[in-house]
Parts: sequence; structure tokens; C-alpha cells
Amino acid sequence: MITTAPLPLATGGNQWLTIGLFLMVVALTLYITFWASRSNKTTTDYYAGGRSFSGFQNGLAIGGDYMSAASFLGISGAIALYGYDGFLYSIGFLVAWLVALLLIAELLRNSGRYTMADQLAYRMRQAPVRTAAATSTIVVSIFYLLAQMVGAGSLVGLLLGVTSPVIKNLVIVAVGVLMIIYVTLGGMKGTTWVQIVKAVLLMAGTLLISILVLAEFNFSLSDLLGAAAEKTGKGEEFLQPGQLYGKDLVGKFDFLSLGLALVLGTAGLPHILIRFYTTPTAHAARKSVLWAIGLIGAFYLMTLVLGFGAAALVDTGPESQIAKSSGNLASPLLAQAVGGGPDSLGGSVLLALISAVAFATILAVVAGLTLASASSVAHDLYANVWRKGKASEASELIVVRIAALVIGAVAIALAIPAQRLNIAFLVALAFAVAASANLPALIFNLFWKRFNTAGACASIFGGLIAAVGLVIFSPVVSGTPTSLMPDADFAWFPLRNPGLVSIPIGFLCGFLGTLLSKDTSSQDRYPELEVRSLTGAGAEKGGGSD
Amino acid sequence: MTDDVKPDSDSDLPPTPDDQTYLQIHQQQDFIELRRRYKRFAFPATAAFMLWYITYVICNNWARDFMNTPVYGNINVALVFGLLQFVSTFLIASLYARHAAKALDPLSIKIREEFEEMTGR
Repeated sequence: MITTAPLPLATGGNQWLTIGLFLMVVALTLYITFWASRSNKTTTDYYAGGRSFSGFQNGLAIGGDYMSAASFLGISGAIALYGYDGFLYSIGFLVAWLVALLLIAELLRNSGRYTMADQLAYRMRQAPVRTAAATSTIVVSIFYLLAQMVGAGSLVGLLLGVTSPVIKNLVIVAVGVLMIIYVTLGGMKGTTWVQIVKAVLLMAGTLLISILVLAEFNFSLSDLLGAAAEKTGKGEEFLQPGQLYGKDLVGKFDFLSLGLALVLGTAGLPHILIRFYTTPTAHAARKSVLWAIGLIGAFYLMTLVLGFGAAALVDTGPESQIAKSSGNLASPLLAQAVGGGPDSLGGSVLLALISAVAFATILAVVAGLTLASASSVAHDLYANVWRKGKASEASELIVVRIAALVIGAVAIALAIPAQRLNIAFLVALAFAVAASANLPALIFNLFWKRFNTAGACASIFGGLIAAVGLVIFSPVVSGTPTSLMPDADFAWFPLRNPGLVSIPIGFLCGFLGTLLSKDTSSQDRYPELEVRSLTGAGAEKGGGSD
Repeated sequence: MTDDVKPDSDSDLPPTPDDQTYLQIHQQQDFIELRRRYKRFAFPATAAFMLWYITYVICNNWARDFMNTPVYGNINVALVFGLLQFVSTFLIASLYARHAAKALDPLSIKIREEFEEMTGR
């Protein structure tokens, strides 16, 4: 077994290797973007990649869009520090795809066009519904963006051994500038290819480290778990539920609340939803979700090996670098350890490689998020609310690029002060808002004839306000020494995760809003929506084959 | 390509020319059967996996002794239960793929072709 002393991370020559690989990732993704930018001529090219991606290609891109740094670094880190409890994220994030597969993907592909709001506005009054959907699209995407950008800052800082806040801020600015370039030039086509490349890199890197870890334990999962339990000094408790969650009754409900948001949030994430529009048919959209489930499932199984591997092979004690980075460095340090340790060539190469994969992961996800919000601003707010559907294609293509620039700038400006926030918390909040605001509206619109404009706006705004509001009045923001405002105390809501309450509120608002309004005009087009979403009759046609 | 038809911008405007075609298809036996077949799989399957997943989360909270039972070596019920969530996800996904290919796709293709004939597109 490998023994590891407290490590100076990338030093001397290693540092240059890491920086070199980072620059290669940047160069490769920029090349793809410039290459894709030449074929961005119509709005369909820009928003939906010309609907020309095959099921397999889009499946890879969904994986690239979905498996964020929070998954790659965060989950393996949570398992390394807290053992079994970290695994819940993996399970929730995977099971969630069944909601997307069974209820959303194909129907959305058939009835929508470019944005989530397209689907909702199909039989509703345009202005209010699109405004509501665009608002929640932007809120969800910004929370998610902040998580990724803050992660990029601390990851690069830790890897290069710099603590200076100036350099961290510079990294955040650089990531922001890159994502603006990807999205303004590459549109959906460029973003998709960046995500495909990232998915391949991430799967290959994770598989390599997993095999190297398992080889240390003769490919016995039981031996790996035993070594992790022993090395952490926590014994078999490390392999049992309860190290992180559910220590008291409030904690147990918090855990239940988190579990619900994870499983119901995915199918309401705007940057995931717009991926379904990039395939030529609903059949290809289904195939892409099936590929994504296979890839994402395999990846999350490997997080188990990475997490317990880090616990077994690297120091995760209270004074270790892994503990100080809240677990985020578990995977990179594990790569270094299985490569032969900090002073070996193999260790340096693997550390640099995995760090570059993590960086590519962040870049691909932020591009997808920026694209989703910029598309919603241009297509929903500008073209359909402000210009009432009479905007020219050329003007929409200019506005979407300006929107990407502004969103990128806002994200940079927010991410710099947000560095104190916990990354996992920001991602969990994005999932809670998506599950509370977007999912109820989508489900009602597809399956409830009576649903109307008032109901759609009520469920989106109700779910959004409930999720964000409950967090403001939770211990996350005030009342405990680890809160954002430790000196204030207005935390009357006991749970850190709002989903358990805010998801039912979202559904209830949609239900009551519908019944309290006398508007029944939305029912006239329900037969049309049903026929179109189930059969694809009259759906937007695609440019490629299945 | 300039501005193509914008079906998403007209729902508070006068009806589209295809309205009657959609209504006609909506009454057809084929479509009613397609919708029944879709819902008969998707809704119970959703209920089943949600229940199964919530059971897992609840066991993590309130059935710790059961979850801590050793199964083989260092592998306990909690881990097996978690891995079974992966298995059930893969299983439901592949069952749905089969159901869709066998029971849904032939009908939806037929209806779509009829629609294209009726609307001349």
C-alpha cells in the first residue's frame, strides 16, 4: 500500500506540467469553438445546433453538461471525508434521469423549440409565462454557474499552490471570459462539441484512476472498503449511513429534503432541457437519454471507488489538504498517489492529467449554463415578450450574443464575492429551485388539460420564491457559527435544504393558481399539444439522422 | 433560411391552419391507443421508482440497524441497497426503451405520416 505524507501539491516542474495541460484544454476547446462558429447561420443552428446531433453524440454531450465539478470533485470528496453518506448524491443524480426519460425528454423535444419556455408557452399567454420561465431559468443557471466558477477558483488555487486571492479572482475572470467566447461564437454547436470532448476526457480519466485504485486491492470492493474504514480510523461506521446526515430528527428531514430535490431537480434544469432540442427527432432524444443514463451511471459508480480509494490511500485526517479543501482535492490527490506518489513522475503526470480533466469539466458545464440563460433572454424575453414574436432572426442572433456577454459579466461579478459559499450548497439550491419551480409547471402543462397561464406563473414564481425564501430563513444564512451571517439570527426554518416544503408548494401553487383563474383558453390547444408531443406530428424537423 | 413558421408565438393569436387536423387526430382510435400505452407504462414506472428511491432514503434515516447488517466481507445492506438503485434505474430505462420501440414507435410513426399527408407537409 502507498503511504503518503502531507503533500506539497504541484511544485516546481509539476506545476508547469499542470499549467501546460490546462492550456492544452483551453486551446482545444477554443479551436472547437472557432470551427463551430463558421456554421452558425440560423437561430436553429445557434440555439439547437441545427438539430443535427445523433442520439449517441447528444448522450455524450448530456453527460458532459451534467457531470459537473461538483460531481467529480465534490462527491468523491464527500465520500472520502464522510464515507457512505457521500454516495447519496450519486444515487439521486442518477435516478433523477428516469423522470427525464419517462416524462420529459421526448415530449419536450416534440412540443418545444429552443427554450424551456417554448414548451410552457405552447398553449398559454406568451408574455407572462415566458417572463416567469425566463426568470427561473436565469436564477437556476446563475446559482449553478456560481458553484462552478467558485470551484474553478479554489481548484486552480489549490493545485498551483497559490493562496493569493488576486490569483483566484483572475482564474474566475479567465473562466468567465472563456465561457463568453464559447457561447457567443460557438453557440449550441460549439458548446455541444466542448461537452462531448469533456465527457470523453472525464470518463477516460475516471476509469483509469478507478482501475489503478482497484488494482491496489486485487479488484476486491470489500478489501477497498475495509482499507478505507481502517485508514480513516472510523471503522465500520465509515461504511454506514449517518456520518454526515441525519444525526438528529431535523437532520433526518434535511436528508429527505435533499434526496427529493436531487431526484426531482434534474428534469427541471434548463441547461439540460435545451439539450433535448439538439436531436433530429424525439426518437433520437430518447436514445440520447438512454446513452446518458449508461454513461452517468458508470461515472457515479466510479465515484464510489474514487471516494473510498482516497479515504484508503491518502491522508484525509482533520489537518489534511483534503479536509481543508472540503474534499474537493480528494480525486486529484488520489490520482497522484496511485501514480506513484508525490515525488514520482507517474504521480505528477496523473495529478496534472486529472486536474486538467476537472478544469475541462468546469468549462463545459459553465458553457452550457451560459447558453441556457442567454437563449432564454434572447428568445423568450427579447423576441417573444418584447418584440411579440416579430423579431428578425438576425436581431435575435445579435441579442443572444449580447445576453451571453452580460450574463458572463454578471456571473464573474457575483462569483468573486461568492467564494465564501459552499459549492455543494449552491448546486443543491439550484436543484431545489429547478424541482420546485420548473418541474411542476412542465408536468402540469403536459398532463393536465385544465392548466392555464395563471397556474403556470403561480407554480414557477411560487416554487422559486418558496425555495429561495426558505433558504434565506434557514441556518445556512443565519443563526449558527457556520452561517453566512453568523452574528444575525432570523433562521426560523430549520432545514438547510428547502425541497421537502418548496416542491409541494410549487405543485400546490400551480394547482390553486389554475383553479382560481377563470381562464380556460389554454384548453383549446391541449389536444394539439397532446398529439404533437406524443407523435411528433408537426414538430420541429432536424438536420441529421437518428 | 429566413424566419420560418413560429408555432410558439401564436397561441394568443388566431388558430393555425393545422388546428382541425390535430383535433381530428386527437379523436382517432390510433391516437387514443398510443396515449393509453404511453401512460400505462410511464406513470406506474414513475410511481414505482420514486417509491423505491424514497424507501431507500427513509431506510438511511430510520432503519439504520437494517442498513448496517453485513452482507459479505465489508459490504453491508446499505451499500447493496444503494447499488440496487443503479440496477433498478438501468432496468427501468431498458424496459422503457423496449416498450417504446415495440408499442409506441409504430403507432406514433403511423399517426405522424397521416398528419403529414393531411397537412401536405
